[in-house]
Order: sequence, then C-alpha cells, then structure tokens
Amino acid sequence: MTINEIDRALADRASGDPASESDVRVEVATQWQLMWWKFRKHKLAMFGGALVLFFYLLAIFVEFFAPVNYTTYNEQYVYAPPQMIHFFREGKFGPYVYGYKFERDPVSFKKTWVIDESVIIPLRFLNRGDSYKFWGLFNANLHLVGPVNAEDPFYLLGADKSGRDVFSRIIYSARISLTVGLVGVFLSLTIGILVGGISGLVGGRVDNLIQRLIEILISIPNLPIMLALAAMVPLTWSTLSVYFMITIILSLLGWMGMARVVRSKFLALREEDFIMAAQLDGVPRVRMITKHMLPSFLSHIIASITLSIPGMILGETALSFLGLGLRPPVVSWGVMLQDTQKVAVLANSPWLLFPAVAVIIVVLALNFLGDGLRDAADPYQ
Amino acid sequence: MWRYLFRRFLSMIFTVWVISLLVFAIIQLPPGDYVTTLVNQLVATSSGSTTISSEYIEQIRESYGFNQPIYVQYFKWIGKILTKGEFGYSFVYKRDAVVMITERLPMTFALSFSSFILVWVIALPIGIYSAVRQYSLGDYIFSFIGFIGVAVPNFLLALILLFVTYKYFDQAMIGLFSQEYASAPWSMAKLIDMLKHLWIPALILGLGGTAGLIRTMRANLLDELNKPYVETARSKGLSEARLLWKYPVRHAMNPFVSTIGWTLPGLISGDLIVSTVLNLPTSGPVLYNALRAQDMYVAAGFILMLTILTVIGTFVSDILLAVLDPRIRLQ
Repeated sequence: MTINEIDRALADRASGDPASESDVRVEVATQWQLMWWKFRKHKLAMFGGALVLFFYLLAIFVEFFAPVNYTTYNEQYVYAPPQMIHFFREGKFGPYVYGYKFERDPVSFKKTWVIDESVIIPLRFLNRGDSYKFWGLFNANLHLVGPVNAEDPFYLLGADKSGRDVFSRIIYSARISLTVGLVGVFLSLTIGILVGGISGLVGGRVDNLIQRLIEILISIPNLPIMLALAAMVPLTWSTLSVYFMITIILSLLGWMGMARVVRSKFLALREEDFIMAAQLDGVPRVRMITKHMLPSFLSHIIASITLSIPGMILGETALSFLGLGLRPPVVSWGVMLQDTQKVAVLANSPWLLFPAVAVIIVVLALNFLGDGLRDAADPYQ
Repeated sequence: MWRYLFRRFLSMIFTVWVISLLVFAIIQLPPGDYVTTLVNQLVATSSGSTTISSEYIEQIRESYGFNQPIYVQYFKWIGKILTKGEFGYSFVYKRDAVVMITERLPMTFALSFSSFILVWVIALPIGIYSAVRQYSLGDYIFSFIGFIGVAVPNFLLALILLFVTYKYFDQAMIGLFSQEYASAPWSMAKLIDMLKHLWIPALILGLGGTAGLIRTMRANLLDELNKPYVETARSKGLSEARLLWKYPVRHAMNPFVSTIGWTLPGLISGDLIVSTVLNLPTSGPVLYNALRAQDMYVAAGFILMLTILTVIGTFVSDILLAVLDPRIRLQ
C-alpha cells in the first residue's frame, strides 16, 4: 500500500465513512500489532499464555506462594493425606482446614493418618511463617497462606515420606523444572541458529553435510543416549553443576528442529527482494543478518521456542524420575516423582502423583500457547 | 528405483558408522578404563584371597587395546562385534553382554512393533472420523484426548496403571507374563499369555504417537477433501463411502508411512522408561541398571543394537514409501 492510498483511506475516515476505519487500522498496523490481533483471536492460546505467565510468576515468587520452605519437615506427619481448604466458618469468612487423627487400617492394621473433622486448624492469608532469604537478598517470612499456629499441620496436597509439604515442594519445583526448560531451549537455540544459519547462508556442500548430519541425529532414539550421558555425571558434582550438565545434555539432543527452522527461513529470505536490495546497497553481512533477516523470522523463532520447552521439561522429568537427572536436595517435579517408583508407597499415598499434574498442565499450556504463536507468526497470510 | 535404493542404503551404512562412533565415545566417558573397573570388581568379590595376576590384567588390556591409541581401540571394539559378535563382558551380571542382548532385544521389538500396529489401528479410523465429521462432538473429544496424549509423559501412564491394578486388583501389573509362565519355556500357551499382557504396555507406549498421528491424518484428509477432484467424483454420483476410501484416504495415508522414521525412535525411547517402571523383560531395565552401574560394554551394546535396528526400520519404511509413492523414487 502506498502513502497515497493510506492518505486516501485516512481522508475517507475523516469524512466519516465507518467501513474503512478498521481497514486503515489493519493497513497501518505494525507487524507485531497484527500478530497480537491474530493471536488474540485464538482463545485456547490466550488461555495457555495466561497459564504459562501464572506458572512463571509462581516460579519467581516461590518463597511467598509456598506455605512452608521445601526442606521443612515434621516426622510426626509422615504420609499425611491432603486437606481441603474451607473458606467460611459459621457464615463468616474464616479459612480453616481439618486436623488429623491416627487410625488403624481394619485390614492391614497399619497406622495411618486420617482427616479428623472435630479438630479445626484456622488459617490466615498473608501469614508470617517460615523465614527465608528472598532471592538470596533479604530476609522475609511472609507467605500467601498458612496456619495461624505454626505447629499445626497444614498439608494441602498431603505430606511425603519425611512429612514435608507436597504443595510447597511442587511450588518450589516450578522454579527448577521451568528454568531447565528455558535454559535448555536457550542453549539449543544458540546451537540451532549457529548451525542452521551456516547451513542456510553458506549453502552448497556444507549445507548438504549439515543436513545429512541432522537427519542422522533425528533418526537415533535419543533417550538411551540421554540416559547414558546423564548417568556419567559424577556423583560428587555440586547441584548447580549437575543442573547445568542436565540442561546441556537436553539441549545437545534437541537443537536439530531449531536448526531446520532457521535454515529454511534463511533460504526463503535469500530470495526476497528487500534482501537483494540491501545486498545491492552494500550492507555488510552481519548487519544484514541482524538488521534485516533476524527481525523477519523472529516471530517464527519465538513460536518454535515455545513449542520446544515442553520437550525439555518432559525430558528433565523423565531423567530425574529415573534417578539419573537432578538429585535431592534439589527439588524438581521429576525428583518428587521418584518417590512414586515403589508401588506400595504409591498405592497408599496417591497424592504423591500431584507433581505430575503440574507437569501436564504446564506442558499443555505451553503447547496451546505455541500453537497460537505459530499461527500468528505470519500475520500477512 | 534401484538408484534410489542404493543411495538410501549407502546413507544408512554411513548413519550406522556415525552411531558406532557416538556409542564408542559413550564407552570412553566414565573415569578409568574398563579393566580398572573389572579389577576393582574382582578384588572386591574375591575378598582379597586371590590376587589377580598382573599378567591377566595385561592380557585383557592387550585384547581391548587399551595401551594403544584411541582409534585402534575403536577398531578393536567394532571389529570384535562385527567378526565374532562379542560385545564385551558384563561385570555386573557376570555374563557376556551378547547373551543379554539377544535375550532382551527381541522383546523390545515385540513390544515396539505391537505398539506401532496399535498406533495405526487406532489413529487411522479416528483421524478419518475427525476429518469427515469436522467440529462434531466426537471430533472435539478426540482432539482433547490427542492433546492429553501429547502432554502426559508415558511413564506417568505406567505409574497410574500400576496404581490402579495394585489398588483394585490386588496385584500390580508388572512384567509380561502370568506367574506360572514367567520362567516356563516358550510354548503356545505362554505366547498367548504374553499377548494378553502385552497390549496394555503397548497402548501406553503408543499414546503419544497416536495423538500426533490422528492430528496429521485429520489435517491431511481435510486438505484432500477440499480438492476439486472430490467435488468431481461427487457430482458424478459416486457414493460417499466409496468416494472417501477410494482416493482421499489413500492420499492422506502417505504420512503414516513417512513418519515411521520418527515414530520408531520415539517408541524405542518410550520402551526404555515404561519397561523400567513396569519391569518388563525388555531392554529397558537392563540398560538402565547397566548405566547406573557404569557397566559400559553392556550399555554400549544395547544402545548400539537399539539404534541400529531403529535405523534399519526407518530404511524399510523409506523403501515402502518409495513403492507406494512414485514421486519419491523418481526424484
């Protein structure tokens, strides 16, 4: 659309023609505005995006959202079942949960905790509880919710084998599990852009070689190799080193898809007129890539990033679940699920599977968001 | 056609070679060499009463070429596998690795193959239904199940299966055989017993792949159904069923064959973790234990065989595709 046409359209609008108003809006909008409008129409993607945002906020402020610290334990309440939170007491707002009592199983005679409806444990929002060092910077003890008496048991999603709060641990895990996905994707994006960029820009024999290599790597089942690499991480390493090693392993086996996207975009862009024009103007190569090429496929990159985070999260969960990934005391959803490996434990305390629910919700949300982003990535279609 | 086959075969050989390099690199990863581990193991088990002669150690070192440069070690390792079928010795299981591989590998492929068949049998009719009845209630339900199938890790399904069977049937669904057949020799009854148990793990394994394939089938068939030739056929008075099955479905089926290349690695990967959870007699649990104990020759043997068989599977699927679709072999 030429400047004249825009002028004419604007003139139409000034003369009060309502039909052309929205047309003008679309025609003068920037690329990112168009994408946003297109994305907004995708309800499921909007929903997924909101969920993802929520989970990452949770990951940033874990110490506040978790009722207790993830290491806090109470050996008295081993495998205590989940409590329901009630908001109204005698018609007034007053949140509470029921307490516990011991009961003998009539069949196995094992002592187990059951909910005791005669004991009421009052709760308080914005409660002062366990103290923590927020982001390692300053001391605080504010929690979103907690029992008024610090000694009272409060296990929204039950307790684990050491009497630790499953709910708090799931929230703390979000920080690890979600950032493993981000760091891993960032690493594989770097490899992917480098390899895919070389492949697409240089072309010819180099391109051919790289493409064959990628085909080979895709045709190999990656879990055995991932397990082998993860099993080699020495037990003596610090938790931080193990964390980075696991993300490196995940990204080493996950960059191929990204490289393919980048390459195909470079190949398509090479033929575009504006690139040709820039070339004729003598724009240096680096500037050409960063200023002219990258912005035009950034949206596609963002979409593929979103779609590859779930793979990373599932990969970390699987590795940690098998005991080859992250190790306690680090807590991630996979590490928590290790406890469910013994079927007898699982049968008596099925609430230990709750971390998996978190995994499923996050993976679904990221998939919805990624689908929407991919559809919106090319707003000119 | 033959040219295509030949080219494809060469690339497969190349792939296998790259894989063997990769696996060899994995063997080299643990600190210390195989002999050190073996000697430590022998010393530990013989409680110091017998000392291992340095000659014996030297002998092993020599046979694996540990004193020689790394590429010689590689050729010795791969040479033994190729010429004698020797994969090395497992110091955890105290057996030849090759025995364990031949024991477990067929079961892995039985499981992966049944899972694969199940994926097709389920995904094909559902994909067709979802495309023909687009936006119907059934379509929405299947789409929803499809999304779940992508998001739920398959080991979780295995865990839920364990939980349900243990809680409500008093016996955890572990293994592939009923108790009376577990150690019995192979017979018709044992085979039937295995098939009775096999379908559940196969279903768990295939859920992710099924979900993906339903979506592909649906999208492809929708594309085909909007093409002019369908309209033409309809205007000529072809019955809807005949119209559907004769052309569009056959067209839309192509990705079924062409995606074998990435369904298969997924199934093999899935088998490792599902079998470890359900303790099935496939490669999974053995490879897992070998890796945890850094029993590298066993682990390497399994990884090598699993990946090579996957590559062969992909090769076969490519040939099938070339037979089905002339456009590929004429390229």
